[in-house]
Amino acid sequence: MSTILEERKDQIHLSGEGAIDMACNRESLAGAVSQRACVFCGSRVVLYPIADALHLVHGPIGCAVYTWDIRGALSSGPELHRLSFSTDLQETDVIFGGEKKLEAALDELIDRHSPKAAFVYSTCIVGIIGDDLEAVCRKMSEKKGIPVLPVQSEGFKGSKREGYLAACKAMFKLIGNGDVSDISPLSINIFGDFNLAGEIWIIREYFEKMGVQVVANVTGDGRVADIQRCHGAALNLVQCSGATLDLAKMMEEEFGIPYERVSYLGIEDMADSLYKVADFFKDKDPGILERTQKLVKEELQVLMPELARYRKDLEGKKVAMYVGGSFKAFSLVKAFRHLGMKVVLVGSQTGTREDYAELEQITDPGTVIIDDANPLELSHFIKEKDVDVFVGGVKERPIAFKLGVGFCDHNHERKEALEGFVGMLNFAREIHASAMSPVWQFVPRRAGRMTEEKKEAVNE
Amino acid sequence: MSKVKTPKPNFVSTTNACKLCTPLGASMAFRGVEGAIPFLHGSQGCATYMRRYIISHFREPVDIASSALGEKNAIYGGGPNLKKGILNVMKKYEPQVIGVATTCLTETIGDDVPMNLKEFRDEFGDLDLPELVEVSTPSYSGTHTDGWHGAVRSLVEQLCTAKVPETGRVSILPNMVSCEDVRHLFDICRDFGIPATILPDISETLDGPALEDYVKIPSGGTPVSEIREMSGAKATIEFGRCLPKQTGGTSLEKRFGVTNHRIGLPMGLRESDALFETLESVSGNPVPRRFELERGRLIDAYVDGHKYVFGKRAVVYGEEDLVVGLCAFLAEIGVDVVLAGTGARGKGLEAAISRVTDGVARMAPEVREAVDFHDIAAEAESLKPDLLIGHSKGYRYAEAWGVPLVRVGFPVHDRFGGQRILTLGYKGALNLFDRVVNAVIEKKQADSSVGYGYI
Repeated sequence: MSTILEERKDQIHLSGEGAIDMACNRESLAGAVSQRACVFCGSRVVLYPIADALHLVHGPIGCAVYTWDIRGALSSGPELHRLSFSTDLQETDVIFGGEKKLEAALDELIDRHSPKAAFVYSTCIVGIIGDDLEAVCRKMSEKKGIPVLPVQSEGFKGSKREGYLAACKAMFKLIGNGDVSDISPLSINIFGDFNLAGEIWIIREYFEKMGVQVVANVTGDGRVADIQRCHGAALNLVQCSGATLDLAKMMEEEFGIPYERVSYLGIEDMADSLYKVADFFKDKDPGILERTQKLVKEELQVLMPELARYRKDLEGKKVAMYVGGSFKAFSLVKAFRHLGMKVVLVGSQTGTREDYAELEQITDPGTVIIDDANPLELSHFIKEKDVDVFVGGVKERPIAFKLGVGFCDHNHERKEALEGFVGMLNFAREIHASAMSPVWQFVPRRAGRMTEEKKEAVNE
Repeated sequence: MSKVKTPKPNFVSTTNACKLCTPLGASMAFRGVEGAIPFLHGSQGCATYMRRYIISHFREPVDIASSALGEKNAIYGGGPNLKKGILNVMKKYEPQVIGVATTCLTETIGDDVPMNLKEFRDEFGDLDLPELVEVSTPSYSGTHTDGWHGAVRSLVEQLCTAKVPETGRVSILPNMVSCEDVRHLFDICRDFGIPATILPDISETLDGPALEDYVKIPSGGTPVSEIREMSGAKATIEFGRCLPKQTGGTSLEKRFGVTNHRIGLPMGLRESDALFETLESVSGNPVPRRFELERGRLIDAYVDGHKYVFGKRAVVYGEEDLVVGLCAFLAEIGVDVVLAGTGARGKGLEAAISRVTDGVARMAPEVREAVDFHDIAAEAESLKPDLLIGHSKGYRYAEAWGVPLVRVGFPVHDRFGGQRILTLGYKGALNLFDRVVNAVIEKKQADSSVGYGYI
């Protein structure tokens, strides 16, 4: 099929058709119009929600502008993260080096905003002109008395995934510096949640009801001081495919803190995650299991009847998803099952071989599994599979809409809380609104078919 | 004219920039050519970020290809990836034109794109090659408007290479305007009986209809054949009083003797008059009655609404020529522009504003080039504006100061229909006037404890 380039064929698989052997984790193909971003993007995504830190992008203006407050990461206090700071490198800086300008910018911004720490992101060009970010940061740390941390996130040095690692390395330098004396033995850190639309507040409330102390949010609604003492927690919970997994591994090695992988999306995964934590702490506090069961039961009693109402309309509809990290896709596949919907395509920007193998396990035969897709491939499969709802990020939205397909934003920019039990309800409501709108009747690709269906219904 | 005096801030760092980078402007301009696909020579992130940014405004699929350079390419040069990328785009999109714009990465590693493209043509000459147009857009130099104008000039210089016999057409280089603006310009020219080539024409490519199928490259855009024939046009009309010295228009004049009429963005009454006068002289036809009526309605509205807005203080920001056009319009209706800011530098903004507001403005604004929103805020607080006019990115400041924001330009990310905001011609001025007056009225209503039903 001409839509798929020869070199991309081994990045696409059909569930149930032979052993899965996905090529992934490779550089995007030139000219393929990948939906992926870059290393800088990966770092920015992870660190951005730390609300009392200064986030300075060292480079020409674009990188800072395109990431200015585009995420839905909310803060309960300071909002320094929502401003866009840049050294706005000019031609002369590129010729003579940007270190002086970086130093002056840090000097100025730290005085102006008194942040608790500063992250300095390197961009493509900084890698090329060879500014010594480490040295400038070290110098400014000493001068200003706050941690000033270089984030080695030159865009061309890999994909988003390498950006996650750069972010984790930067954060790891903070950890171990705070007072941990008042931390409860029943304590956790929440890793890999970015508090989109306030989701972390929902999750924290669950843990508080269970009697578990949350030490640090890493990084949604994040604070530098919390991260500095997060080595005092008993357990790390890691959500998401890999954004903060490296940090959890570093902490396990350095501080002996174990981690569990969790997901707060969908009913089972939310409940499983809470039970995992209860199970972990049950020796220290036997009552925790019962409290957790009670919490889950109460939430489900509210949720299930409401869900049933949406399910009636959505039963049998087909859904496709293209997400950043594939871990989210696992939860979504299950969540859609609760709505009676059939997943026919799952794709991810940065999935690993293991992720795709697991997707093949949990999806129905015939489901398309795809790595690092692009608009033409996505639109091809949406049509071929006759999808009703597409789940993705802002870049995917117009692809769905042009094909007359409902769309749900399930990415960093979402403004609707989709995590937790209440999030499942919001999710169902949004999917319902996406699939059931009368506007699809007018879309040329579907209008003819709807008329046909009506005729058939009358004839029957 | 009196002038507000405030100390000029001088910050090293940029906070909340009031500009975008050069390759973005080039990508948008390339999108306005028929069968074209923009191609960024750099790392994958640039293309993805810009796509995302443009999509949020236009709500259309925006495919921008990338040479997706990795570390090795950054060291050994990006030429091979550029060629491979072009081949892949050819296979998948079958474009008529590929518009290649550089990025800070490829500019700095010193990739010679014209040479790479020449090699590509030599190497793959046996294939049915699309037109390859390149523009140099280092993002550490200039802003997105430079990228836009650069791409337009590259299109004209690289596609229109020979003198053709007179076509009777008129070329319009409209600057960064909305899809609706371009549609309106076509309407105006049609009613004048002038066949027009508008470059770029984003009216369909960035505001497309719902269709039966997903199209790889949206229909519409300036046809390549028309670009080639711009050398035989009756005249070129380019909009902008802050344009670079060398543009598509000056190039056509110099190379082929096509008269270049450089007028301002036709915003407000007087700048629109300049457009209609130019069209009259170029076509030899009088202004069609429809536009006489539009002009009359505009003045009628100016009169009906003058008291709501007289003496209101406005902060205006955005692309340099948009700012000039807005100042021209606001001066006519008695709104005092207290600050006019643009992220660009060295564009002669102050002189241009002074020229278009001459004889009507009650005061000259503080004019700031190379500003970000932090600079604007630092000054605007003492200037006590009643309203902000510009793109969405001023929202935070408008909210903090409790004043309305009238959204114009690019990007409009927090409202619906940014691509359909009309600002050009008498009709555009009327649209702007309604929006400004209503913003003032809404504010008055919202602040009122009485709740006036008639205002």
